[in-house]
Order: sequence, then structure tokens, then C-alpha cells
Amino acid sequence: MPTQAAISIDQLRVIRGGNEVLPDISLEVERGSITGLLGPSGSGKTTLMRAIVGVQIVAGGEVVVLGEPAGSTSLRSRVGYVTQAPSVYSDLSVRENLAYFARVLDAPRERIDDVIASVNLGDHVDQVVITQSGGERSRVSLATALLGEPELLVLDEPTVGLDPVLRQDLWSTFHRLAEEGVTLLVSSHVMDEASHCDRLLLLRDGALLASESPEALLQRTGASGLEDAFLRLIEHGDGETG
Amino acid sequence: MSPRITLATAERVLLQLRHDPRTLAMVVVVPCLLLVLIKYAFSGQPGTFDRIGGPLVGIFPLILMFLVTSITMLRERTTGTLERLMTTPLGKLDLLLGYGLAFAVVAAVQAGIVAAFAFLVLGLDTAGSPALVIVLAIANALLGMSLGLFTSAFARTEFQAVQFFPAFILPQLLLCGLFVARDQMSGLLEAISWALPMTYAYDALDRVTTTGPLGGEGLADLGVTVGATLLALVLGATTLRRRTA
Repeated sequence: MPTQAAISIDQLRVIRGGNEVLPDISLEVERGSITGLLGPSGSGKTTLMRAIVGVQIVAGGEVVVLGEPAGSTSLRSRVGYVTQAPSVYSDLSVRENLAYFARVLDAPRERIDDVIASVNLGDHVDQVVITQSGGERSRVSLATALLGEPELLVLDEPTVGLDPVLRQDLWSTFHRLAEEGVTLLVSSHVMDEASHCDRLLLLRDGALLASESPEALLQRTGASGLEDAFLRLIEHGDGETG
Repeated sequence: MSPRITLATAERVLLQLRHDPRTLAMVVVVPCLLLVLIKYAFSGQPGTFDRIGGPLVGIFPLILMFLVTSITMLRERTTGTLERLMTTPLGKLDLLLGYGLAFAVVAAVQAGIVAAFAFLVLGLDTAGSPALVIVLAIANALLGMSLGLFTSAFARTEFQAVQFFPAFILPQLLLCGLFVARDQMSGLLEAISWALPMTYAYDALDRVTTTGPLGGEGLADLGVTVGATLLALVLGATTLRRRTA
């Protein structure tokens, strides 16, 4: 059902700095699901996400997001993107950052308190971002993307540098959003996060090794854990047929 | 483009500056101190301060705004906030006009204080009205701002951005007529000076300082200054790309 897909990518090809980062990738992401984009550093996760949010120059192929070509003007209020490095103004306070992005996204002011609560930043809202820890900064960055109540959230390594309790909290937030119908695409290079996802996309050297549920992946590879499953796929080396 | 986002952006830039009181203080204090230096450096040549003080009241804002905006914009590019903004409904012009508005406010305050200091404390005496000097100073600050926004696109690092000052602004300062009258330069340099926006900015200030009214030619100078500001803004908009490699 291609019209149902939140993201539909057909033969996408991306070249960055003379390297073919994504030679030819096709995939679909279902609406209202949490899809994990997993793979080692340098496998092309960020490039793929940039293509989905429409800020990546692509060499070929088609990326359709929520029924529109990626990067369309109408998508800018429907898609939230959180980069790997927190992209907020470090010389403003948490609340000032959120107030600015709320106005850009035309979100009501009440949303600011909502998103502060949903990423547990309550005690630090008047603190200037530069004085905060890495984990706090990445939560400010995430809160910013939640302001506009996007239909699709593209999150590049949102849990890096967070302690296990906060990580657990964030994953519950992601599950709650998915239950409300939001589609989430979450990248990670830590395999133990994969179990939180409805579906997994395993990326290596720009190629898709697997696109299935964690359970199906374990069954297909006969592995005991997801890390092991990924290793087995890499040993086979030939992607989907593995 | 949307007025809501443009205004929000202007307020955000002002808020960032407010969190940096040292920069704000320097924007006002440094030009005043430099004017004091010039006044007493030329204490043996009566009349010199009155001749170059007026133009300098208008040229310092240009220089400072160039530096402040090129670094601010570069930070926006390098910290990922620009990429994030490019995925939101924000238009390129919202961003540039937002910056323009914010720095116009700063420029007005700066020019007002520096001019008040020069006229009231240092006893600067120009043929034309101080209000006209302030208006020209604001126009020049905006020119400096838009040149800073534009050139920041060609810098990858802060080290490169600050070097655009000696590369872009100093030659204009040397050739604008402040140091040497342009008709006494070599023909080639005089020809080049016609193509540099600061020449017109200086010329208008010089007219107000030495002869008084702006006149037709002074208005033309102001027109060129404003035109160059708008051109640099439009060129700046073309350097903002939603999609990058």
C-alpha cells in the first residue's frame, strides 16, 4: 500500500564529497510506527535522514514523505527533524529557544510547557543552553522538534550520551507519540535500542541489509540477540537474501 | 515569507545579543574611544577632527556591524540551527530580514550614542545637521550588516570570517576618500573606488560634514548605499540553500 507509507524511497542515490554514500536504496516506513535505523557510524544513516527531510542534494531516485516529494514546502510544518548534534541556540535559555521555534512553527504557547514536560526539562528552563550538559542540550533539541506536533519525526541518534533512566523515559515518550499516530524514524548505532522499535532498517556501507521487525530478524538469522543478528547478516554480506 | 517569522527572528537575534552584554557594550564604547583617540591624535592640526570625525561616526558602525553579523551568521551555519530552520516554514528572506531588523535596531542605538558622544562630549562640529549624520550612520551600519551576511557564506570557520574584514572592508576604507582624496589616486584605483559601496557611504557623510545639506549628489550617494545593501541581501539569500551536499 504505497499511499499508506509515511516514507517511501525508491532507488535513492546520494553522492557526498565524491563518495557514493547511498548507491541505490529503496525502502518504506509505515505510518504510526517506530522504525529504527541502525548501522555503524559512516553507514549512511544521517545522509538518508537528510534526504528524507529534504536538506540533502540527491543524485537520483525518489523520496516521498507523507505523500509529497521530500522537502516540499507543505511538509515543513508536518515533519520534525532532530540532528545528531543539538541544533539550538546555545546563548539562549531553554524557554527562549522553544519560544522562538514555537513562533516559527506557529505552535501555541501552551505547547512550550507540554514539550518541556515530555522531555523532562522542567528544572532547567531558564538556564542558558551553553551551561547545560550534552544530554540536556539534546533534549532541548528534541523538545524543539516536538513543538509543531509533527506527523513524522526524524531523530538522528537522540539518545546518545543520555543515562539509562533518561533513555528509558525518552523511549516511553516515543511510544506514546507513536500511539497518537506519529511516525518515528530513529537512528542509533547501539543495537540494544533496536528492541524498542516496531521495525528495523539495518544499514551498512549505504546498503540496506534488512528491513523487518526485530522478531522476524531474530527468527531469520537464528541469532540469540539483535547485535548477533546484525553480525550474522554482515558475515553473509549479501543483504536481503542473507 | 511571513511577518510573524521575520519578527520572531529579529527578536531572537536581539535576545541573543542581550545575553552577551560585553559585545553590546563594545559596540557602543569602542567607536567612542576611537573617536577620542582621533581627536587627541590630531590635536596639533585644528580642523582635522571636524573634517574626519563626521565620516568616522558613520563608518565605525559599518565596520562593527560587518564583523558582528558575519560571525553571527557563520555560527548559524556551523551549529546546525540553519539546517534545522531550513526544514521549518521559515523563508530565506524571513531570516535575512529578521537579521536586518534586529541589527537596524542595534545600529540606530549605536549611531545615536556615538553621534551624541562625538557632538556633545568631543565637540565635533559639522556643517550639516547631526541628525543627518545619524541617519547616514544607520544606513552605513545596514550596509555593513548585509555585506557581513553575504560574505559569511564564503567562510567555513571563524578564522576565515574575521579575515574577510581586511579582505573586503579595509580596501574599501583605503579607497573611499577618507585617507586620500580619490582624484589624487592613480587612475586605476580611482576607477575601482567607483565600484565600491563604501565610497558612496563616505561621500555622503563627507558632504554633510563639509558642506551641510545632502543635496542631489548626496541623495544619489545614499541611494547607492541603500541599493548596495539590498543587493547584498538578495545575494545573501541566494547563498542560503535548503539542500546542501
